[in-house]
Amino acid sequence: MTEVRESVAGDGVAARGALLEARGLHVEFASRGRRARAVDGVDLAIGAGEIVALVGESGCGKTTLARTLLGLERPASGSILYGGTALHYRSRALRAYRREVQLVLQDPMGSLNPRQTVYEAVAEGPRIHRLAGEQEVVASALARAGLRPPERFFLRYPHELSGGQRQRVVIAGALALDPKVLIADEPVASLDASVRGEILALLLRLRAELGLSALVVTHDLGLAWNIADRVAVMYLGRIVESGPVDRVLTEPRHPYTQALLSVLPESPERVVLTGEPPDPTRIPGGCRFHARCQVLASGRAADAGVDGRCRSESPAVLRAVPDAQAACHYAEATA
Amino acid sequence: MSLLLLDDLSVTYRIASGEVPAVRGVSLGLEPGTALGVAGESGSGKSTLAMAMLRLLPRDARIGGRVLLDGEDVLTMKWGRLRAVRWAEASIVFQGAQHGLNPVRRIGDQIAEPLVVHGRARPEQARRRVAELLEQVGLPAWRARGYPHELSGGQRQRVMIAMALACSPRLIVADEPTTALDVMVQAQVLTLIRQLVAENDISLIMISHDLSVLADVCDRLAVMYAGRVVEHGPSREVFHDARHPYSRALAAAFPTVGDPASRLAPRGLGGDPPDPMRLPGGCSFHPRCPVALDGCSALDVELWPAGEGREAACVHARPKLTEAGEPATTAGEAP
Ligand SMILES: Nc1ncnc2c1ncn2[C@@H]1O[C@H](COP(=O)(O)OP(=O)(O)OP(=O)(O)O)[C@@H](O)[C@H]1O
Ligand SMILES: Nc1ncnc2c1ncn2[C@@H]1O[C@H](COP(=O)(O)OP(=O)(O)OP(=O)(O)O)[C@@H](O)[C@H]1O
Ligand code: SF4
Ligand SMILES: [Mg+2]
Ligand SMILES: [Mg+2]
Repeated sequence: MTEVRESVAGDGVAARGALLEARGLHVEFASRGRRARAVDGVDLAIGAGEIVALVGESGCGKTTLARTLLGLERPASGSILYGGTALHYRSRALRAYRREVQLVLQDPMGSLNPRQTVYEAVAEGPRIHRLAGEQEVVASALARAGLRPPERFFLRYPHELSGGQRQRVVIAGALALDPKVLIADEPVASLDASVRGEILALLLRLRAELGLSALVVTHDLGLAWNIADRVAVMYLGRIVESGPVDRVLTEPRHPYTQALLSVLPESPERVVLTGEPPDPTRIPGGCRFHARCQVLASGRAADAGVDGRCRSESPAVLRAVPDAQAACHYAEATA
Repeated sequence: MSLLLLDDLSVTYRIASGEVPAVRGVSLGLEPGTALGVAGESGSGKSTLAMAMLRLLPRDARIGGRVLLDGEDVLTMKWGRLRAVRWAEASIVFQGAQHGLNPVRRIGDQIAEPLVVHGRARPEQARRRVAELLEQVGLPAWRARGYPHELSGGQRQRVMIAMALACSPRLIVADEPTTALDVMVQAQVLTLIRQLVAENDISLIMISHDLSVLADVCDRLAVMYAGRVVEHGPSREVFHDARHPYSRALAAAFPTVGDPASRLAPRGLGGDPPDPMRLPGGCSFHPRCPVALDGCSALDVELWPAGEGREAACVHARPKLTEAGEPATTAGEAP
């Protein structure tokens, strides 16, 4: 088994224009006496004003990658770059960074304190960062999150709001610090379908009006289609396909992306992968997807003469470039 | 004859602060061997409707109307008969019940319980039946000896379905059976449900807030809003060519990947979900309705024929309007 290439450091051309970038990122956890490689070699860049969707099955490492980008998790190796500068984990630098790059949590009921008013919830960040003019900051953040007039919401408690309004309060909390990047982990997963669209439209508007960049973590491909410029598909700790949404979601090249798209309602032919998403403490050798790969199982990989490599050689780590690319021997051989 | 017929079913919860009209006059039929989907946003009364069908509501709930199962009214039948019906003829997979599996009892014993309770089987027979049921839902028989914490979310949901199948019912009511499951696992469970319905001649009522999933699995769809069915008809038609503006908004909230119309254009519905204790007068949907007419705030629109095998509760689905936008006929009259 050969690891082709972990990551090329300082990929100058690729990184140009990247606002936030992960390079050669590995994040590990100890799990029942074993090593879980939750993020296992990821290069990913988010450009200024760009919305990137990170999709993949439960447990593939999306949240871990997002938390590491936020500086909440320390990588085992590799680095996070913001504006071209590597992130330092000293408290000062980290605090400044956390103003610029904000987390928007899923499940507004879980992330809002039920005994805190909307005002208190949104004012928390500005207080920690000792911003001047607190009341204006809070009012303007609420207004930008679509809660207007903001004063009407100051004294309300979470249980007095609808789910959509609660999610807006969470977004307002992030906006209060005037960030450049939002990292939203399943921002609408707990919301009703009819309300979802409004929140997604809000993210698009924030990008248009404030030039915000965003990484949206989701397992919903429809959501990526709705709001993202680029999509990165993650499988077992790695990005296995990435590129412009219009390209990747209409002409997927990685068998895993093809399977994910095929189980959407109304797809003509379903490829339902069996089994649960595999375990990051036992990442298979060769292509990490090979045990579940329908292209290998159906003999198409053998026809293309790559089946041996599928089982023994890990496809190269995808670089942080905007073009469409897939980490698959078969896709490469048949391109 | 319909296997199940709901006739003007209504449910009102009584709580300290007043009455909650959760289901307000629902009439629906289910033909043997077919699948009916019930969609609608959170709080629209879907679970209440499901529980009313098997008289599983709390004591303080007031039920009106009739629930005819094979012509027999569930709401007036004797307790003994009701108990027999609940397992042997119709069984329900409760919303979120996979979290309610007893953590310290073996899975096999939990599946066998209804068999033993209903005097269907001796222990040895029950064991064999459990193995059969597990196989039917795609789990190996040795899982019977395991405990719930050893199972993933999708596997637990399979166990719930196995329990519902235990007494070979003719009707299964599945309340949000795939919500909160991952895409691929959801696809696995849906494939299982489709198979069971097709191969065992089981009728299905499936409840979900995800219209696209229902449209994919069910023959017919009913869309609920504020305790009422506002649209009812063949799945594909309701999903692709809804007659009620609420169903239209709900359908649009699930974009089809690849559809240029929804690319970077998330669509949702403004306004807040209705509070059942303070329902607006007239058509309950009018405050959020993008195509409301002046008359809609005064007119309580009932279901109205809207094409072959279809019904919709909207003035726009009704045949004629006068110049002023006033409906030509008044509410409440029979179609
Ligand atoms: N603090 C931790 N300790 C040990 N293992 C962890 C920890 N956090 C995450 N993991 C493991 O790392 C893997 C990736 O988890 P992560 O939460 O990043 O997945 P995810 O893609 O966000 O999944 P989901 O869609 O379910 O949110 C999982 O196998 C998880 O069990
Ligand atoms: N036991 C109860 N007592 C009082 N009110 C209740 C009770 N159960 C439900 N309700 C109310 O009845 C209405 C309908 O609830 P129901 O659970 O049927 O909705 P649902 O459509 O299943 O929603 P969801 O999609 O969130 O599961 C809601 O307003 C709810 O708050
Ligand atoms: S490299 Fe081989 S096993 Fe991996 S996804 Fe491609 S075809 Fe399948
Ligand atoms: Mg996650
Ligand atoms: Mg419910």
